[in-house]
Amino acid sequence: MVTKRVRLTFEGAAVKEPVIYKMGQEFQVVTNIRMADVEHDFGWVILEVEGEAEETQRCLDWVESLGVRIDPLAGDIVEG
Amino acid sequence: MSFATSLLCRECGNETELAPVNACDFCFGPMEVTYDYDALRGRVTRERIEGGPKSIWRYIDLLPVDGEFVIDLGVGFTPLVRADNLARRLGMRELWIKNDTHNPTWSFKDRVVAVASSRARQFEFDTLACASTGNLANSVAAHAARAGLRAVVFIPHDLEVGKIVGSAVYRPTIIAVNGSYDDVNRLCSELADNRWWAFVNINVRPYYAEGSRTLGFEVVEQLGWRAPAQCVVPMASGALFVKIHKGISELAQLGLIEETPVKMVGAQAAGCAPISTAWAAGTTNIRPVKPATIAKSLAIGNPADGFYALKTMEQSGGAGVTATDAEIVEAIGLLAECEGIFAETAGGVTIAGLRNALDQGLLDPERSTVAFITGGGLKTVEAVEEALAPPIAVDASVSSFEDAYAAAGAR
Repeated sequence: MVTKRVRLTFEGAAVKEPVIYKMGQEFQVVTNIRMADVEHDFGWVILEVEGEAEETQRCLDWVESLGVRIDPLAGDIVEG
Repeated sequence: MSFATSLLCRECGNETELAPVNACDFCFGPMEVTYDYDALRGRVTRERIEGGPKSIWRYIDLLPVDGEFVIDLGVGFTPLVRADNLARRLGMRELWIKNDTHNPTWSFKDRVVAVASSRARQFEFDTLACASTGNLANSVAAHAARAGLRAVVFIPHDLEVGKIVGSAVYRPTIIAVNGSYDDVNRLCSELADNRWWAFVNINVRPYYAEGSRTLGFEVVEQLGWRAPAQCVVPMASGALFVKIHKGISELAQLGLIEETPVKMVGAQAAGCAPISTAWAAGTTNIRPVKPATIAKSLAIGNPADGFYALKTMEQSGGAGVTATDAEIVEAIGLLAECEGIFAETAGGVTIAGLRNALDQGLLDPERSTVAFITGGGLKTVEAVEEALAPPIAVDASVSSFEDAYAAAGAR
């Protein structure tokens, strides 16, 4: 089992999609929202995702395929 | 003994012991070092600081490191230069340049890495790591070399060879990651969870960020224990901006200077301006961007401290401004021509941002202002070489010289 902590950023139509609900329905993962702020056409969620490593990655790949940006909690790590 | 007492979550206030962690266990918010300010009030005086070494370690009482673990490359106490020529050009009365190109690896990153690497040694790490395209890697590799620690530097696979020389010379292990910048971010984030390594801007980030406060401390001391009225700071993650303000405020809190409001203006390249864009839009929600600017050292599209930078602007009556690539190049030339200081592109962002802020009425030209130059120009010569006048070609004779010199209108 692995636990990943990620920041999801939603823009445009993706804001209205029940993405986190579907993560739990369509993949064998447990999601846990820790912080979030959602506006009309933009939002972010700090999320913990727990599951088998491969399944968790498959789930996050699927989220990304919806146009949702996934970042590490620490923001951009590559610095100049 | 350090006066650092614990880590506090910047979101929920959850307190934990000093440890190599960046995120709050409860809400995942970022952790920040806190100090025993009551004890510091009895200990830290102007005289005590002035009697210390001419480096950031004169402020060791205010840093989260015990003295015996310090890795000392002689970082900090860089010149604060009165910039009268540039001030005249910009129509200002009192302008100062904090010239951090004087650091051992020629950028302000030495401040943050000095603190992070020293604290890492205190935590008994034997490896320093980072992901970087330039300044950060240079400093991590140099500090590791000085301390006899292992250094592991992650770079995107397509980084030009010239960019890694300044790190490779210190003999770190360099890992070129096949993938995008986002892939490097993810890999390092996972490795920081899985390996007992000190990733300076991940698991030891709370200590790393504290090093930037020394810029605020130094400016105040170098101004004769007085805070400037206005600061202009380049922004990437936003941490530098926030911590300079915090450093100045702490000196007032400790009674070393009068409580004075300092207006904080942050500058970003127009091609990577998530913080300044949010400020202009009046929101605290930062929208990540894909960087497209010559100011590579500021190219952070998803800034970890963006929210706190916006809060600092709000609290200080400051602002976020931007500068185009053309303005950045022009500003590098202006600073060099007026003050003899050659800055990298981030310094061009500072000076162009200063000018734009003046034009927009966001800064008062009559008030004392400090502009922070965070890295040396030899790191980004490619940004300015095309904008420079070519040499005057002459034959090796006096007459050829005289003719060409006169034709070029040179004085």
